[in-house]
Amino acid sequence: MLQFIAKRLAMLVATLLVASFAIYGALYLAPGSPIAALTGGRTLPPEVMAQIEARYHLNEPFLTRYWLWLTAAVHGDLGESIPLHESVNTLIAQRIGTTLQLVLFASILIVMFGVSLGIIGALGRGAVDTGVLFASTVSAALPAFAAAVILQFIFGVMLGWFPVLGTGEGFVDTVKHLTLPAIALAATSTALVTRVTRTAVREELDREHVQTAVSRGLPWSDVVRRHVLRNAAIPITTVVGITIASLIALSAVVETAFALNGLGAYLVQAAQNKDFAVVQGISLVLVVAFVITNVVVDIAYALLDPRVSLGSRAQ
Amino acid sequence: MSIEILDPVAEVIDNAPANRRIPKLGFLGWLSVAVIALALFLAIFGPMLAPYDPTLSNLSYSNVGPIAGHPLGFDDQGRDVLSRLMAGARTTIFGAAFVSLIAIFVGTALALLTAWFGGKTDTFISAALDVLFAFPGILLAVVAAAVFGPSLLSAGLALSIAYSPYVARVLRGAALKERAMTYISALEVQGFGAWRLTLRHLLPNISALIVAQGTILFGFAMVDLAAISFLGLGVQSPNADWGVMVSEGKTSLLQGYPLVSLSAVVCIVSVVAAVSFLGDRLESNSRGGNR
Repeated sequence: MLQFIAKRLAMLVATLLVASFAIYGALYLAPGSPIAALTGGRTLPPEVMAQIEARYHLNEPFLTRYWLWLTAAVHGDLGESIPLHESVNTLIAQRIGTTLQLVLFASILIVMFGVSLGIIGALGRGAVDTGVLFASTVSAALPAFAAAVILQFIFGVMLGWFPVLGTGEGFVDTVKHLTLPAIALAATSTALVTRVTRTAVREELDREHVQTAVSRGLPWSDVVRRHVLRNAAIPITTVVGITIASLIALSAVVETAFALNGLGAYLVQAAQNKDFAVVQGISLVLVVAFVITNVVVDIAYALLDPRVSLGSRAQ
Repeated sequence: MSIEILDPVAEVIDNAPANRRIPKLGFLGWLSVAVIALALFLAIFGPMLAPYDPTLSNLSYSNVGPIAGHPLGFDDQGRDVLSRLMAGARTTIFGAAFVSLIAIFVGTALALLTAWFGGKTDTFISAALDVLFAFPGILLAVVAAAVFGPSLLSAGLALSIAYSPYVARVLRGAALKERAMTYISALEVQGFGAWRLTLRHLLPNISALIVAQGTILFGFAMVDLAAISFLGLGVQSPNADWGVMVSEGKTSLLQGYPLVSLSAVVCIVSVVAAVSFLGDRLESNSRGGNR
């Protein structure tokens, strides 16, 4: 087990190294000189240019520059946004809270509704099951931005129950402001989790050990709780983990739709303004979060299911 | 090795010779085919058939609802919504087709390479793909927009790169299984070359799965491309595109005039739902029939 974890962690470090190289190197793919890219094509006084050159070590070879950037990033310094004259760290710190709250809120919704609806669909046959299937099919086909505008129109404009733009102040107000965005972010994933849960529980119900348990006269609720759900938990945990990881990038869309001041929306804004230091910094943070979540899911999967052959590649 | 759960009844039907050519789709399946056919028709002919110029604005008709000759009314710039929807089908549908074709091509090539050579090639390519998995498609597209400037091309290329490893991973399993079949080694012994075996035997035998993957991918590509255009990093306004229209209509929607955004949403969702339904069908058929 420890060997498996060590191996996954080594792969994590390798992946992050290559990914950080790609993120840093992307700047040099941009048409024009790196300094033009860094300044967004603005003409600045020569002494500022020289300062930027020194700050970004532009007279050093590429690999040295990458190494300096990476070591600074590992030490928690992501550089400086040139158009804003502000440290990328500060810019990220001001916004990461909103993104974390949003992703956390959406994850709670996914686990709560996805798993419970899946179980209800699997256990209750007939009309209940059809209803669950129908609801999950509709919400699976609803992209986050589409869900966002529909929710804004129904619950914001028509009913006026929730605010449609911006982040609130204080706990209750924040929850109120984040409710619609979290639902929009969770819609597709909830449907996916519902489907996987439903299939997993169905499959487990048809297993022989469940029939044995029933024929031995165990109460139905005990059979479901101890025999069915416990075994079905393995695929459910995996899919929940993977979908939550996918929310990290998707949050950019929802944050933009609801004008939330989060990391994703700011990344989009920085991409439009060609503020490269910010694009690199936020991309790095998002990739790290995404990769770490995936590794945690992998390890959790191995811990949950002793049958997973550790060390060998999963098919 | 994954455990295949086969529905015995479906398998019998699937193997019945009379049904081999025409896949069993059912009513919803054929409805999906119809929706996709309509979308393709619009993508090809929509811009020519649009009753009005999709970019011609007339501010005195700003946010005017449906009137005679304009069944979907006007957007905030006073442009005909129906014409914009028809013209916008082109970038939306062809953009997604372009992304899924490239991803399928690259993914299939990688899967065949790994399956054929195995060993070190397999390890190397699989490791490279693991790294690519670290980049969610949308993130890659945003970075591409920052580097190359926002356009449909940069967003499309970024998404194709991000999707390829998913295709490669799914097809690799199927290709490995096919590669291990005795008929392949029998042909190899007879001296048939790697190219011929891969292209004439391996590829056709996993083609059903490739088609299914392509269909599923098309749905994802449409959603992600529309999302990127919605963010302002893909197709650029005033060009018509369904994703762009959703974001253009948002200001009016918040003021209580939702027709522009919602009509574009309806178009996107119905095509995506049709494609993903058909993809699921094709995939379960190909997995059931192609053992």
